[in-house]
Order: sequence, then structure tokens, then C-alpha cells
Amino acid sequence: MHTRKYFGTWGGSFIPEALHETFQQLDAAYQQIRNDPAFWEEYLHLMSTYSCRPTPLTYAENLSKHFGGAQIYIKREDLNHTGAHKANNVMGQGLLVKRMGKTRVIAETGAGQHGLATATMAAKFGFDCAVYMGEEDVLRQRPNVFWMEKMGATVIPVKDGSKTLKDAINEAFRDWVTNMDTTHYVFGTACGPAPFPEMVSWLQSIIGKEAAEQILAQHGRLPRRIYACVGGGSNSLGIFQRFLDEDETELVGVEAGGLGLESGLHAARLVGGDASPGIAQGYKTMFLQNSDGQMRDTHSVSAGLDYIGVSPILADLWEKKAVRFEAATDSEVIEALDLTMKKEGIIPALESAHAFVQAFKEAPDLARDDAVIINMSGRGDKDIFTIAHAYGDPSWQQFIISRARQYEK
Amino acid sequence: MQLEQAIRSKKAGKEILLMTHIVLGYPSFDTNREVIREMVENGVDCIEMQIPFSEPMADGPVILKANQDSIASGTTIRECLDFGAEMCATYEIPFLYMTYFNVIFKYGEERFLDKARDAGIQGLILPDLPPEEGAPFMAAARQRGLAPIMIFSPTSTDARMRSLADFGGGFVYCTARKGVTGRHSSLDADFANYLNRCRQATDLPLAVGFGIQNRADIEALIGVADMGVVGSQTIKLVDEQGSAAVGRFIRELLGGRRSH
Repeated sequence: MHTRKYFGTWGGSFIPEALHETFQQLDAAYQQIRNDPAFWEEYLHLMSTYSCRPTPLTYAENLSKHFGGAQIYIKREDLNHTGAHKANNVMGQGLLVKRMGKTRVIAETGAGQHGLATATMAAKFGFDCAVYMGEEDVLRQRPNVFWMEKMGATVIPVKDGSKTLKDAINEAFRDWVTNMDTTHYVFGTACGPAPFPEMVSWLQSIIGKEAAEQILAQHGRLPRRIYACVGGGSNSLGIFQRFLDEDETELVGVEAGGLGLESGLHAARLVGGDASPGIAQGYKTMFLQNSDGQMRDTHSVSAGLDYIGVSPILADLWEKKAVRFEAATDSEVIEALDLTMKKEGIIPALESAHAFVQAFKEAPDLARDDAVIINMSGRGDKDIFTIAHAYGDPSWQQFIISRARQYEK
Repeated sequence: MQLEQAIRSKKAGKEILLMTHIVLGYPSFDTNREVIREMVENGVDCIEMQIPFSEPMADGPVILKANQDSIASGTTIRECLDFGAEMCATYEIPFLYMTYFNVIFKYGEERFLDKARDAGIQGLILPDLPPEEGAPFMAAARQRGLAPIMIFSPTSTDARMRSLADFGGGFVYCTARKGVTGRHSSLDADFANYLNRCRQATDLPLAVGFGIQNRADIEALIGVADMGVVGSQTIKLVDEQGSAAVGRFIRELLGGRRSH
């Protein structure tokens, strides 16, 4: 089989000439692993011994009772090593890098989860590692920065543009276009030039394969709906792909509604009317941009969803109405997070909590013998500074103040 | 193709040509106007005018910042196109647009090409539009007498260079090294070998850019390339010393050569 370059009219490979050869080699290496059953076996072995695969599917009994409708199940990608679905993609690309014989990996990161996973993979496989991270995200996600550095990665704060994920991607490409001989760019999501959208989705497809078996074992039939948050799109595609041909399952992607779609301060590309087709960062998709084609600043409480574009595969599924898209606002996200912690003792990442919001809105209207799955893409304890700030928790504030005083001495 | 002929006839009397670069609207269109006047009066042969884009993937820190500052100060594509038309009407040297493809895609490909042709623009440099994605657009450009400038890189194979050359016109832009704009390039034995490969792959004139910063760099191109390209260095100069410093810098680059 050949790599799909276009998904409907979306995708492509808009890259500088200096990277043409590099992409030819990457695509050939990807074809090899894709067509080699031994690779997937090696990947499964790694993920079951180094990470926590298969991740559990947790029946959320208390939340299900609370809403009195569909039975709510949670796919626990937070229980992956490094705390998010990002590890699925990164460990797979790590095996690919070994096969390609390269010695250095670079990555962009927003929330820091992809950077953290890449730093972890680099430490395990013995690669040099540099992670590009928007300066604003470095401030938002200090704990992840700390761990990346402790694992030996160099974290490079990106001070250009909006200082977030898109700027980190540009900077990683600038590194790659210089150092491609030794370096592989571990792209973190199902975006960017071909073969990244297809390759990343394939490595993430392990989520949906497991979830299908697990829901059949626990609930006896496929779910009525699946909810996943959508930043670049890798966790949603990871769980959606297996169910695309299942008529009884509706797929729901939830984007970052920020301060509300009408506020303009959000990161919703497929919901609302603010995005339009464009070409940037090497691929064609729906981008949040102005009428001159300049990218806009986006906003979300969650760094991982705060991005101008979306996977070309999702843009295609959106256009074909194979996936329904919704948006959750920052304040709805904090409410859903609060309820999930209180009712289930589970702390979703701010990103993942977007999926919970939409599931909570719809669960009461579904039948009790229906099941829904929420893809919990990551764990929330990394967000402790942001979440504690959003709660305005006085004891946390006191802790920070007194700790800061200790350091000042 | 008119650009190729213009380059060839200019080259006939000179050992090397010089193309310079500006970012439109940075620091202002008024400064752009002064800088271009200095450039033309002091013997620049060809100018690429960059229409700013918020995500300039192939550009290094100097040009990246210029793009972002220009957009932040409110530069619109309409102003850029009006300014381009004004420059073409004012000076006789060839002007090109350099930008990223999204700017054109959003404006409308046909509409952009018509505007550029009507203005008298002679070529387009689009670092993120390979022929695999842009062949129809490139054909539409050629039909209007606009040369799609192909880019060769040291990483391009011989076969790749030959296939690129088929899509292009005007001249070929050879990047002196891998990487992005701005950092100095060492024009060593590897470079000579690379430029030889470029020469074998196409009959089009060869321009060399990326890290060309001083007279010594330009001298190293004499006899092996048709045109040197200076980008980031002029922007830095204008940032530091203002547009009045451009004339002397250009004269130095050209080895004291005066205008026509």
C-alpha cells in the first residue's frame, strides 16, 4: 500500500526543497514498517512492557448514575507511561528512528506531553533530543519542562509569533531543514506534511482497537457514541478509526471553545465559522486565519488544544459528516473536571476534559442500555498550576507563596 | 520567458549580477521605497519583494522577525500588491514576489497572478510550493509571463534538479546550504561541487542565496553563478543604520561598480 497524501482535498506536502529527500526517505521507511507485521508485534511488545498497554476501559458507574442516561466508559490513555496517548505515537516513531539509523530527535510541544514523551523515548533509546516549546507554554507547563530537562532533553523556548504550538512547529522545521542527516522530527500529531497524518494516526489506532474489544467484553455491544477532544487530532483519530465503518457508533470530536465561539478567543476550527481552508506548516486544512491568510492567535485553557489547524484526516471526515464536531468552553471544562474528580476519583487533563463536557451534555438523553466512551487522552495532574489557579484555591495559593519565600532566602 | 532574457542580457556586460530582498511593510512602506531607490541607483539587478506571512517556515530569525513586525503593524496583501505595481512602474529592473503559498491561495490564485502580471512583476519565489503541489499554478504563472523560480538545495539529487528545472523559468535559486535564511554560508569545495551539479542540471541562469553577506562571498560566485542573492544582511543593515547605508553596502558588494 502507498501512503495517502490527500484526504479529500486536505493534506498534501508543502515542504521546502531542502526537505524533499528527507521526506522521500521517511516515507520509504514508513512504508517498510507499515508493511512489516513484525514491526507491529515489536511495537505492541514495547507498549505492553514499557508503557501500560492495553490501557483499561473504566466503567464510570457514579457518573452514569448521576446523569441517569447512557452508561459512561472512559478509555484510560492517562495510564500510559508519561501520562498521555502521546506515548503511542512517540514510541512507534522511536522504533522507526532506530531503523532509519538516525541519532537525534526533535519535537514540538504544546502542553508538554508530546515533548515529555519524546524526551522519555530519547532517553530510553539513547538519542539526543531537543524540544521546541512556545514561551507561553513553557510558563503554563513548567512541571513538564522540568522532567524533559531531567531526562536529558534540551528544551528551547520559542519566542516568535504567538509563542505557542504553531511557532514551536515552525522552529522544529527550521532545525530539521538544517540537521536532517542525523535528525528525525518526531511530529506529535496527525497534522503536517504526508506521511505524518497517516503515520501518526496509524500508531494511535491502537487506542480504538483496544477500546472496541473492551467495550464488547464489558457492555456486550459497540458504543452509541465516542467522545474525544480535538487539538491536532491524534487522540481522536486514534480511537475513531476503528469505528468509522460502524453504523451504530457516532463519533464526536470536541474542540476548544475557549471563552466562547462568539468571543473570537477560541481554537475551534471545524465548529463555528471562524476557520477557512489554508496551507501552512506543510499541509492543507481548515485554519484559523484572517482574510489575508495570516494565522490568528488562538485561545484555550488547555495548551494542547491551542492550535490554528487540525488534522487533514479530520477535516475530510468533517466534510463528509463522518464525525460530528462540538466545542467546550474553558469554564465548562473546569466544571466537568470537578465533577469527574468528585464522582470517579479520576483527574482528566484539561484537554481531555473537553470530551467529558460534551459527553455529560448528551448522556442524559441516551437510553440506559446505551454505552458511550470518552477518550481520556491524558491525566490532569500535569495541569495542577493551571487548575489550582482556575479554582482560585486559597490553600494552594498559600503553599506557592510560602514555597517561593523559601527560595528567596 | 522575459525574466530569463532580462537576466541574460544584464549578465552579458557583467561578471556577476546581484539580487536583493526586502520584506514589504518592514519597517514601513516608506522605508521600503527608500531602500529600493538606494538599491536600484547603486546597481542592483533584480529585487525580490517578500509579501509577509505569519508562518515563514524557510526563513531565519532576521526575516522571520521582519515578517511578524510587518504583519503586526497592519500590512495587508492589497498594500503589498499596490506597492509592487508602483515599483515596477518606477524602475526598469525586474521585480519578483517572494511569499508563502497560503498568501496566494487565500487571495485567489488566478486573481493574484493577474494582478502580478498587470503590475509588471516578472517572477515568483515560493519556498513551500514544490511542483508536486504547484504544477498547475506554475503553468498558469508561465502562461502570464511570470517565471516560477525553482529552488535547488544541496540535498537535491541530480535527477531531482533536472525534474525541477522542467517546471521553472527565469533562473534557478540555488540555496548555498541547508537550513534557513540568514546564517553565513561557507563557499567551500562541497559548494563548488554542488554548484557544478546545478549547472549540469539546467541551462537556466543560476542565482545563489542563503548566507551571502559580503563582497568576498559575491567574488566566490563569479564564474560559477550568474547572480548572488543578499537577503537578511540588508535588513540587518537598515535596522541598524537606516536606509541611507544601503547604497554604500551595495557598491561594496558589487566591487565598486557603479550604476549603468
